[in-house]
Amino acid sequence: MAAFVIRRLIQSVLVMLVVAFVAFSLFNFVGDPINNMVGQETSLAEREEMRQDLGLDDPFPVQFARFVGNAVQFNFGLSFRRQAPVAEVIGERLPATLELAAVSAVFALVFGLALGVYTALRRDGWLAQAIMAGSLVGVSLPTFLIGIILIWIFAVELGWLPSFGRGEVVYIGWWSTGLLTVDGLKALVLPAITLGLFQLTLIMRLVRAEMLEVLRTDYIKFARARGLTNRVINFGHALKNTMVPVLTITGLQLGSLIAFAIITETVFQWPGIGLLFIQSIQFVDIPVMSAYLVMISLFFVVINLVVDLLYYVVDPRLRVERAAHG
Amino acid sequence: MRIRTAFMTGVAAAILAVTPASAETFRFAFQGPLNSLDPHSLNETFQLGFLGNIYEGLTRRGTDLAIQPSLAESWEIVEPNRWRFHLREGVTFHNGNPFTADDVIFSYERATSEGSDVGQKMPGVVAVERVDDYTVDFVTDGPNPILTAEFDTWYIMDQEWAVENGADVVTNVAEADREFFANRNANGTNAFMIQEHQSDVRTIAVPNPDWWDEAEHNLTEVIFQPIQSDATRVAALLSGEMDLVYPVPLQDQQRVDENDGTTALTGPELRTIFLGMDQARDELLYSNVEGANPFHDRRVRLAFYQALDVDAIQQVVMRGASTPSASMVAPGINGFPTDLERYPYDPDAARALLEEAGYPDGFEVQMNCPNDRYVNDEAICQAVVGMLGRIGVTVNLLAEPRSVYFGRVLAQGGYDTSFYLLGWSPGSIDSYNPLYNLVQTRNTDTGSGTFNLGGFSDAEIDQLANEVLVETDPDARGDLINQAWQRLHDEVGYLPLHQQALSWGVADGVNVAQRADNVFRWRHTTIDN
Amino acid sequence: MADDTHLDHRPSSEPPIYAPKASAAMIEAQEPAGRWRRAWDSDIAYSFRRSPVAVVSAVITLIFFIGALFAPWLAPQNPFDPASLNLMNGFTPPMTDNAFTGEQFLLGTDNQGRDILSTILYGSRISLLVGFASVIFALILGTVLGLLAGYLGGWLDSVIMRIADVQLSFPAILIALLIFGVARAMLPRDMQNDVAIYVLIVAIGLSNWVQYARTVRGTTMVEKNKEYVHAARLIGLHPFKIMVRHVLPNVTGPVLVIATIGLALAIITEATLSFLGVGVPPTQPSLGTMIQVGQDYLFSGEWWITFFPGLALVLLALSVNLLGDWLRDALNPKLR
Repeated sequence: MAAFVIRRLIQSVLVMLVVAFVAFSLFNFVGDPINNMVGQETSLAEREEMRQDLGLDDPFPVQFARFVGNAVQFNFGLSFRRQAPVAEVIGERLPATLELAAVSAVFALVFGLALGVYTALRRDGWLAQAIMAGSLVGVSLPTFLIGIILIWIFAVELGWLPSFGRGEVVYIGWWSTGLLTVDGLKALVLPAITLGLFQLTLIMRLVRAEMLEVLRTDYIKFARARGLTNRVINFGHALKNTMVPVLTITGLQLGSLIAFAIITETVFQWPGIGLLFIQSIQFVDIPVMSAYLVMISLFFVVINLVVDLLYYVVDPRLRVERAAHG
Repeated sequence: MRIRTAFMTGVAAAILAVTPASAETFRFAFQGPLNSLDPHSLNETFQLGFLGNIYEGLTRRGTDLAIQPSLAESWEIVEPNRWRFHLREGVTFHNGNPFTADDVIFSYERATSEGSDVGQKMPGVVAVERVDDYTVDFVTDGPNPILTAEFDTWYIMDQEWAVENGADVVTNVAEADREFFANRNANGTNAFMIQEHQSDVRTIAVPNPDWWDEAEHNLTEVIFQPIQSDATRVAALLSGEMDLVYPVPLQDQQRVDENDGTTALTGPELRTIFLGMDQARDELLYSNVEGANPFHDRRVRLAFYQALDVDAIQQVVMRGASTPSASMVAPGINGFPTDLERYPYDPDAARALLEEAGYPDGFEVQMNCPNDRYVNDEAICQAVVGMLGRIGVTVNLLAEPRSVYFGRVLAQGGYDTSFYLLGWSPGSIDSYNPLYNLVQTRNTDTGSGTFNLGGFSDAEIDQLANEVLVETDPDARGDLINQAWQRLHDEVGYLPLHQQALSWGVADGVNVAQRADNVFRWRHTTIDN
Repeated sequence: MADDTHLDHRPSSEPPIYAPKASAAMIEAQEPAGRWRRAWDSDIAYSFRRSPVAVVSAVITLIFFIGALFAPWLAPQNPFDPASLNLMNGFTPPMTDNAFTGEQFLLGTDNQGRDILSTILYGSRISLLVGFASVIFALILGTVLGLLAGYLGGWLDSVIMRIADVQLSFPAILIALLIFGVARAMLPRDMQNDVAIYVLIVAIGLSNWVQYARTVRGTTMVEKNKEYVHAARLIGLHPFKIMVRHVLPNVTGPVLVIATIGLALAIITEATLSFLGVGVPPTQPSLGTMIQVGQDYLFSGEWWITFFPGLALVLLALSVNLLGDWLRDALNPKLR
């Protein structure tokens, strides 16, 4: 186990290096940052000078080496747009995204599991059919459109919920939270639904599909024959056995929640790192973009590690497999 | 739709309500964030416009954009190359420090230092000399009739405060290792003081009780929040969360107007939208015409001009909220050529011109267009593609985000375009600025023509523009400008389309002044009780 | 199982199904009809006929395909030809006379005066192409890699899964953005509009293969330890045969769930990319682009610009998904 974890950690470092390289090299194609950093009347000579000052003229390997060297020290330089340290810019935006992602993940998991189990057990019921069809309508529309429609209904027409932002936040150290104020909680509702809807559908359909399969297996039939209650069979045996693929997907989705937050945050002006990333793309804020990518990969690497470890817990056969392969 | 009436009632309200009583919190949203509080770090309309509520320049502009005295009470030209400014006495910065000549000199040095983006607001100034505590001289390298044109957005910073806090260096990204104090703190002399600034989230300001001028507004707190998405911004206004949002998409103006409690506020903007053609190369980069550049032929340029139905663009794409223009400058710009008239829209004549020029079947050309920079830019370009298609010209549209677009078409991208759409709004509110930047022959030594992306070049206009620069007699100068614009029109050097419209949305009971340069000054804002 | 393996080799020795061969024996001539008969009688077809949802979904999907395929003959207008558009027709509501031109359009027009109905027909072409091509691309890539990684394990597993980690580190939309950016920088500018759609397919496909790979790998790792796989291995079957014959059928369930949702997702990703300013050229709008353009006009009351394309997208995605649902159940031997 320890050897496995260490090996994964070393691999993860390599992954991070590759990510840094890919992210950094691709930025050359995004656009010219100088245009956004100066006004329309700045002369060519001044622009050229700035280019040199920033080291944008240096050969590619030099720029990359500098980037990695700094990144290891968690120094991503100054944001071109905000002219403040990148680590700080991201730090102040991170809590917003993590809270939003966590709330949507819980929302998606709870409702996804419940609805998945329900639609599997009541496979032919009209309500289950309606839920299945309705969930598809929901994911057939682009996220940005869903967000706008939700804003339209609940903020403009009904006036129940705010249309943008995080509301009032409370600071606990450097961490800003919207979970402790009514205002902040209200502001969370629409973005969390928008962000979680797709994951909810995915989890629900996955749980349903897996449940249906498991319910047909022999050992469930044996369990029934043994006279176990439906409750024990459905939740104690069937649901438990659907958890491997569900965990895989949920683990993956947790990371992509943070990624998908890009769109949701743009629509709701949610001051998280997704919105920050879009602003950075528009502004060609290379330091923030690189740091964002490196950080997101870090999330994924950690999440993947955790999912792999959870496999161990859920499916003991894998332990044997792991032992066999090293 | 009320045009400017909100401002009129604003003035009336200000006269009636001399001493505002109740607490008035004012919330507004703009599409972009406030990136920095440093007044010299970025020459951008919104940032400088916002900071113009906190900081002040030696001059300021009124709601009609006329230059008014501000931190300078008066000024005169004592010698052709020497301007003398008499500073206002008894003014203090928000931290209580007195405002003196040293602050002006310091701000000049800071604004022209490396890393500053506002240095060109003092063109030709070689020195700023202190005469006494409240008098300074600006020495220039030649006569400059419009020296003060951009002084309203060159803001004065407190020397003592800046030095104390290490803010004497302009916030800039080249020096990655230091913290810039002025980036997140502000200390101006204007009517409002920053109370809280969370970049990208919100900025809160409160009135300055010690402001030297009489306060017209009755606000007790101003909260700014950026909202990037158009629909969300409009929703925030409609739902009552915001008192003012801008810009409002043109199509939503009616909705904002019809909604209970909100009003659309529109007016002409100083920005002109136009099309440019590559006239520098012998062969276009992106066309099927080989061995020749069709845009070298005036008849082809005129054919393009006459193929464009700007009225249709105005009515459908711009929803009536634009002013078709024959000129490269808006009516509010000094030197606006009143006599110019557009060549008539006439596709038949355009086809005939193309045939005459040797392109009876038209030709193909690629068009570059930003899709997030100007009002409905991509839709305008699409309409242009269709209109040119009808005279046989096949246009391949490449619409891109502004960072990519500008990376291509500007000088550092090597003017990599054959046909493009651009907008221009001169910060000096004067015609010399576009003549110098857009029309004069490209010259890396003098810096002229940097934004002349198509490389239009005409010796006569070059000469006229050079004369405009040094002519101090306003009438003679106006005449020269007029001649230059007429010549450009005759040569069909550019294809002007229209001036886009300002489009704001305000809550009822809120009275604001909408300036034609799209700058929002809080000091004219009142909220009815 | 062993019989299946034999059947596998048969098609190569068989004459082409529809080859007109006068001298062929009677039994060979009847082969096509016999196959049709067999197909009709098969379990899948039976289950299809029994499921009204599947039939309706199939019909709707078919209508979309036919509409997209024959758009030039079906559409009243060619919305991809800018010269044929009249700007003054812009924003005409459905079934209403345009105030300037007096023209009428069944589903109205968009901001450029394009007939919405025609644009939906033409736009479906692009959306379907992008959607299907990228899903197939991702599915094949992901399944093959997942199978290899899960079954063979070892260093191959590590390499593939580490690549997947790298890939996963980037949000799908971001990968698409980046690939699009690279392609734009590498390709000659004249070609960019022409190849944009293929770049999109590769970009969206590449950004989605990991989901398939990880799911397939997970299931494969479970399956390969089951007795029947051990048995197959013991009788000396080639590992690739075991993978394809025995392991692969077990992963179709989860893969189909992902693929069906993935189709709609691919079409939506395309729309989202245009929301972010990259994608197909604006003069050749896809369903997604239409929705993206139309959402700007939601508040202003011009609902038809986004409603009809949105409805089309939902109908399309819904029927494909329902078809996928049914197919998954039908393909799953355990559910019969």
